Amino acid sequence: MSTSDLVDVAAPGDDRRAPATPPPRRVARRRNRAPLRVRLRRDWPLLLMTAPGALLLIVFHYVPTLGNVIAFQDYNPFAGDSVLGSFLNSEWIGFGNFETLFKDPAFWDAVRNTLSITLFQLVFFFPLPIALAILLNSLLSGRVRGLVQSVVYLPHFFSWVLVVTFFVQMLGGAGLLAQEMRQHGLEPWNIMTNPDTFIVLVTAEGVWKDLGWGAIVFLAALAGIDPNLYEAAAADGAGRWRRLWHITLPGLRPIVVLLLILRLGDALSVGFEQYILQRDAVGRQAAEVLDTFVYYQAIVPQQWGLGAAAGLFKAVVGLTLVIAANKLAHRLGEQGVYRKS
Amino acid sequence: MTTVIASRPRRPGNRRPAWEEKATPVGQVLKGLVLLALVLAVLFPLWAVVVTSLASRQTIDAAGGMVVVPREFDPSAYFTIFNGGQISRAVWISTLVTAGGTAVSLVLTVLAAYGLSRPGSVAHRPLLFLFLLTFLIYPGLVPSYLVVTSLGLKDSLWSLILPTAISAFNLVVVRAFFMNVPSELLDSARIDGAGEWYILTRIVLPLSKAVVAVVGLFYAVGYWNAYFNSVLYIDTSDKWPIQRVLQTYILAGQSPSVTGAPVNIPGVTAYPPTLAVKMAVVVVTVVPAVIVYPFVQRHFTKGVITGAVKG
Repeated sequence: MSTSDLVDVAAPGDDRRAPATPPPRRVARRRNRAPLRVRLRRDWPLLLMTAPGALLLIVFHYVPTLGNVIAFQDYNPFAGDSVLGSFLNSEWIGFGNFETLFKDPAFWDAVRNTLSITLFQLVFFFPLPIALAILLNSLLSGRVRGLVQSVVYLPHFFSWVLVVTFFVQMLGGAGLLAQEMRQHGLEPWNIMTNPDTFIVLVTAEGVWKDLGWGAIVFLAALAGIDPNLYEAAAADGAGRWRRLWHITLPGLRPIVVLLLILRLGDALSVGFEQYILQRDAVGRQAAEVLDTFVYYQAIVPQQWGLGAAAGLFKAVVGLTLVIAANKLAHRLGEQGVYRKS
Repeated sequence: MTTVIASRPRRPGNRRPAWEEKATPVGQVLKGLVLLALVLAVLFPLWAVVVTSLASRQTIDAAGGMVVVPREFDPSAYFTIFNGGQISRAVWISTLVTAGGTAVSLVLTVLAAYGLSRPGSVAHRPLLFLFLLTFLIYPGLVPSYLVVTSLGLKDSLWSLILPTAISAFNLVVVRAFFMNVPSELLDSARIDGAGEWYILTRIVLPLSKAVVAVVGLFYAVGYWNAYFNSVLYIDTSDKWPIQRVLQTYILAGQSPSVTGAPVNIPGVTAYPPTLAVKMAVVVVTVVPAVIVYPFVQRHFTKGVITGAVKG
C-alpha cells in the first residue's frame, strides 16, 4: 500500500474514476532526479511548512500509538518521576493484562453490546441515507429539494450533548411526550431510561443526527450516474422500479461497498460521547461499549496497563477487519478502500 | 470532475424528461409526507426549546413542562445565565477555545497542505504517509491520556486544542485544492523570483478562500462541540466549556450556580423558572452551529466535495 493509494481513503465517490496508474508526470520527475543537496536547497521551505503539523502528529498520535506497549507492562505511574521514567521502571508482564482482560465478564459484555449495536445499526441505520438520497434525487423541484436538504443536514452540526438533551426534552420522563400522555391519562413511557430499548434509542439518535449528512455522499454518487442509461432503459420499457433496481442501485454499489468496509473496520467503535452521556441513565448492562469500558475500567481506577490492553485489542481487531474486508471487496471485483500498488 | 450536489444541473427548469412516466398522485403525496415528517422531526424540537426558553413561569407551569405555543416573550432566563455566573464563563471559555483552536488548526493545516502539495519534493512521500496513516491507526485512550498529562497539559485549555489540532481529512481536502491551482501560475511567479511563502500567501491562498473557509468552519464546529476532552483533562469547573456545563446541569440535573444576586431588571421577573434557564442554555449552545451552518452549506459543494473528489 503506497501513499497515493491511501489518498483514496479520503476521496469516497472517486473510486471508480481515479486513474489506476500514477500520472506520467510523476514518473518522469522521478527518473531525472536532482541530487539531494540541490533538492534540499529548493524544497526546504516546504519542509519547514510541513514540520509543525508533522511534529504535532508525532507527539499526539504516534507517540501514544507506540505507548500502547504498556499493555504488556504492569505500568505503575509512581515508578519514576515522569511518564517516561515510570515506563522504563515498570515491570514487563507479557500477556498478563490480556489474560486479566479476557477473564473479565464485563469486558465481554462490552464487546457484545458493541457488536450488537454495530449489527443493529447496519440493518436499521445504514440503508436509510441511501433511501433518503434516492428520494431527494427523485424530486423534480430543485427548491423543495434544497430546502429539505438544508434542514436535514443541520443536526449533524450539533454536539452529542445537545442531541441527547433534545431527546430527553422530547421523549424523556419529564419531556414533551410524557407530559402530553399524562395529560391524556396515559401511562408515560420513558424510552430514555429503559435498558431494553436502549439499542433502538441510540440508533434513533444517530439517525436524527446524521441521516441527512449521510445522504450527501450517495447524492454525489447518484449525480454521477449517466442519465442516458435511464433514458435507454425507459425506451426499452423498464418502469421506475426496474430502473431503480437495474441502474440506480448498481450505480451506488461501489460507494456502498466502500462505506460498508469502513463500517466493518470500525465494528468495535460505535461512538463514544453518545454512550458515556447515557450510561448512567440506562445502566452499565446495556450501555457499556468498548470505549466506555476503557474509560470506566482503566482511566477512572487508573488501571493503565489493562486499559492499554483493551485499546490495543480494539485497534488490532479493527485494522484486521479493514484489511480483510478490503481483500474480500477485491475478490468480489470492487475497488475497496485502497488498491494494491 | 466536479460533482455538484446542492444545485441540480441534470434537469434544467424542473421539468420531467420526456421518457419518464407521469408521477402518480399517491406517490407524490407519500413523498411529501415523508419529507414533511423529516423536516418537522428536526425543526420541532428546536422550536419547542426556543419557545420554552422564552416562556414565563406561569406558562411553563400551565403546560406542565415544555411549552409549544408561545404566549409571551420573556427573556429573563437569558439575563440570568449571562449574569456572570458559571454559564457566562463557560460560553467565554468555549469561544476562546473555538477561536484559538480554529486559528491553530487552520494555520497548521494550510502550511502542511501546501508543504505536501508538490509531489517529488524532498521526503514528500514519507511525510504524506505520516499524515494519511492516521486514518487507519488510532492511538488508544490510555496512552493519549498519559502523553497529554505528562506534557503538563492537564487542566490547561491547550489540552482541548493540541491533541485534535490536525485532522488528516481536512488536510487532504485542502491539499487537493492546492494541487489544482494551475502550475503555470506558480511557475511564472517562481520565474519572477517569488519564494514559496510569497506564492502561498499571495497566489494560492487567495484562490482557495472557499475551501479554507469550509475547513475552518469544520474545525470551529468540532471545537465548539467537543465534550469528552474536557471530562478527561479539565478538572477545575471554572475552565469547563459550554458542552460540559450543559451536560452537568441539564442532562445530569445539577442546578447551575448562576451567581447569588437575583437579577433586577425592570419588568423582568427576578427568579425565572429553571426549565426556561435550562432551555436558554440549550439555545446558547445551539446558536453557533445554526449561525455557521448556512456558510458551510453554501461553500460545501464548491469547497469540500470538489476537493475530495478531485483527491
